[in-house]
Amino acid sequence: MNWPILSVVTFLPLLGVLFILTVKGEDATALRNVRWGAFWTTLVTFLLSLLIWIGFDSNAAGFQFVEQHAWLGAAASYKLGVDGISMPFVILTTFLMPICILASWHVTKRVKEYMIAFLVLETLMIGMFCSLDIVLFYLFFEAGLIPMFLIIGIWGGPRRVYASFKFFLYTLLGSVLMLLAIIYMYWTTGTTDIVQLLANPGFTPEAQKWLWLAFFASFAVKMPMWPVHTWLPDAHVEAPTAGSVILAAILLKMGGYGFLRFSLPMFPDASVYFQDFVFVLSVIAIVYTSLVALMQEDMKKLIAYSSVAHMGFVTMGIFALNRQGIDGAMFQMISHGLVSGALFLCVGVVYDRMHTREIAAYGGLVKTMPLFAFTFMVFTMANVGLPGTSGFVGEFLSLMGAFEANTWVAFFATFGVILSAAYALWLYRRVVFGKLEKPSLMNLPDMTPRELATLLPLIVLTVFFGAYPAPILDLFGPSVESIIKPLNEAAAAAQALATASLQ
Amino acid sequence: MWLLEQADAVAALPEIVLAVLTLALLMLGVFRKSDASDVVTLGALVALAITALLVIFAPDHQALAFHGALMVDTFARVMKVLALFGSAAALVLSVSFMKRDGTQRFEYPVLILLATIGMMLMISANNLIALYMGLELQSLSLYVLAAINRDSARASEAGLKYFVLGALSSGMLLYGASLVYGFTGSTEFPEIAAHLTKSGATIGMVFGLVFVIAGLAFKISAVPFHMWTPDVYEGAPTPVTAFFAAAPKVAAMALFTRTMMDAFGAIQPAWGQIIVVIAIASMALGAFAAIGQSNIKRLLAYSSIANMGYALVGLAAGTQEGVQGVVVYMIIYMIMTLGAFACILAMRRKGHMIEEISDLAGLSRNHKGLAFVFSMLMFSMAGIPPLAGFFGKYFVFLAAVKAGLYALAIIGVITSVVGAYYYLRVVKIMYFDEPKEAFEPMDGEVKLIAYASGAFTLLFVLPWIASPVIAVAAAAAKSFY
Repeated sequence: MNWPILSVVTFLPLLGVLFILTVKGEDATALRNVRWGAFWTTLVTFLLSLLIWIGFDSNAAGFQFVEQHAWLGAAASYKLGVDGISMPFVILTTFLMPICILASWHVTKRVKEYMIAFLVLETLMIGMFCSLDIVLFYLFFEAGLIPMFLIIGIWGGPRRVYASFKFFLYTLLGSVLMLLAIIYMYWTTGTTDIVQLLANPGFTPEAQKWLWLAFFASFAVKMPMWPVHTWLPDAHVEAPTAGSVILAAILLKMGGYGFLRFSLPMFPDASVYFQDFVFVLSVIAIVYTSLVALMQEDMKKLIAYSSVAHMGFVTMGIFALNRQGIDGAMFQMISHGLVSGALFLCVGVVYDRMHTREIAAYGGLVKTMPLFAFTFMVFTMANVGLPGTSGFVGEFLSLMGAFEANTWVAFFATFGVILSAAYALWLYRRVVFGKLEKPSLMNLPDMTPRELATLLPLIVLTVFFGAYPAPILDLFGPSVESIIKPLNEAAAAAQALATASLQ
Repeated sequence: MWLLEQADAVAALPEIVLAVLTLALLMLGVFRKSDASDVVTLGALVALAITALLVIFAPDHQALAFHGALMVDTFARVMKVLALFGSAAALVLSVSFMKRDGTQRFEYPVLILLATIGMMLMISANNLIALYMGLELQSLSLYVLAAINRDSARASEAGLKYFVLGALSSGMLLYGASLVYGFTGSTEFPEIAAHLTKSGATIGMVFGLVFVIAGLAFKISAVPFHMWTPDVYEGAPTPVTAFFAAAPKVAAMALFTRTMMDAFGAIQPAWGQIIVVIAIASMALGAFAAIGQSNIKRLLAYSSIANMGYALVGLAAGTQEGVQGVVVYMIIYMIMTLGAFACILAMRRKGHMIEEISDLAGLSRNHKGLAFVFSMLMFSMAGIPPLAGFFGKYFVFLAAVKAGLYALAIIGVITSVVGAYYYLRVVKIMYFDEPKEAFEPMDGEVKLIAYASGAFTLLFVLPWIASPVIAVAAAAAKSFY
């Protein structure tokens, strides 16, 4: 392909922004145009991005569709490209955006700004996954804070101001240290090109540790890992439905993507060195936040904590530093993107009817909303990690990887699986089953065709990838292999050093 | 022409032309019977434009004038154009304001021109005498400008406060300069540098250096010499504040940079550590003290203190990259600041200026464009990419990390997160809160400056804007090497 497909996909949503800006007035026709404009933009972006998947050669390890232009002289260039690790996230982003727009159809407050914020956010997210220049990456990574801040702050719930500030400042504090690390890497290697940095990182083990910690500060907050996860429940609870979906499905994946793109391949010695540290944090995240999830009375908060627990599986899988673990983590991220996004959409469905997220306000929905009950069940099962859903594959593989790396870690992490069954099924029981007693619930209409349209693609994919994960697993195989190689060398070197010191 | 054949006169031609035009405009104002402020303002803008053109199209090589008192190099030319631009923009911002207040007078543009001549001398100063001359010419004009609205108690207080503290700092500077002269035997920068290279930093010399730095730090309102800033910013009429925050800061930072790099370059470690401390203190105080402010002008005063701290991070590195960082930072800072003050000038209800941050509530509903520009400027000042302010910070931290100033860089980025809090608060009030009564419509020229500044901030990321700015800054930084 000789046209810059990645740039087109990245910046196409901005075209939608321009369209929306030209729409005048606030009457019903204008709002309809704005909604459809946003929807078509995201849909076309998704269809175009499928061309990337089709043209993608999954046997090659390197970057594909690379494009490069001069930008800030030596200090940064505009370079895009995808490999097996970033490509699935690009597709995930473009796939979820039309769904988010559909799920926001009933938003009536400042519709124009709302759609603009989402379209800008899409550009920034796609750009971040495609960046092959580390400064460009940082730019997209950070810039996403602005639209998300506005989305939470303007269209959020009662404590939106607190949540938006916490979200913004927490993540900003994490990433500024990464900026310094990026600058240091530039001066040490003389390049900001990710391809060159991957091919020849060459940082001393001592420098690696500091750089690793600086990147970790950023990605751990984004991920989020225990104990810096506290912004997430607040942000999730207050954000509007589509905002929660984006947050859970894509923004959280930036952390995991960052670990795989930067921390592991560029600082292999440090990654081996800090492996146990991450394991401890991951296991605490899995067990502790699962327990916290059990205690929640707010549906969104419960799902938010379950997200933290699932991200614990991801970090554990990544830092197992072996093929199964990283494969599992990647798959878990994609699957969690579908499942947690869908769960927030499900909460959105009932929230729009009842305007409360209190679990206690519900019960017996299966009688009035059978369709919803079924949909919610599929995703609850996927969240639990039931075999046959996509949730299982990721969790199983990351546990397998962790088992190989450290049996105790796998042992404790398995409790997370049990606990996740506990909180997810209990949530389901309290909301969907039980007696239909509350008068307010008696006449709830079932899901509308629009709501069904947002959730049906997610159901199909969750079940499909649960039964047949190969299309995704095959995508990142070669890329994961190339990450593993330096790690194995680093681990061998560390082992040799440890043996030598014993003798 | 005999005059033009003189190398001195050619090098100093822009200053000479501006001075002559200023005096002509002064005469025009004095001798015209009716109110001459419109004509003089227009004339002042033309004078600034002519001077800027003379600076831009001056021969592209290093030149000395008046026996080495003035240095004209790329750095000087870049900073002069920036200062001229800042003065012109501030002048434009003031026209409608002064007219509405009934305080317009022809002395105002003349004083701005005089201050601008001072700035140009500061930027070119290549010895301690020229340095002091330029600084005083600029400062004296600024003292009067602060109190230009003489019927307002607040403005008079601001002017007096500024004058007393400014005089004190000038005294310190002069004392330091005399010590430097005493210990090196010369007031010329190249000779001071030669002396320092030979004999290093003696105690007396460092003593003088500290006083010089104190005097200069006052002019850029760096901590601990910042006390005047919030009061003067708040008290002076808003267009005057806009002027204070833009061009004089550029000139003073240029002077600071040249003095340190040219005269004291040999003892960089001695002044480097002082600058590090000043920079950290400015960034921290600017970030923390701004949190509690309710007046938007005071908020921007603290913001400018913090901004000077970030610019000093580049200077602290004392390298070519550092100077480049300073130049990039000052270009971006000046344009953002002018835009922010243009937005503040739009805050007007029932014929009165309002200055409380809470008055901005719900601006995004009443004035969509203005709110968007203002919020982009706030995000930019907070250093969030892809806005211009991020690149300013990126380039100064680039220099600091290369120079090995890790602690400074880490403290710098962390204070920028603290600072982000109060910038976000302004955005929050504009976008999240319920709207209050709408403002009066914006004046055309104010709107133009606000929108142009917003566009620059938003589009700086494009290579067509970023590359030339960075290239110019790099060329300017080369002047010292």
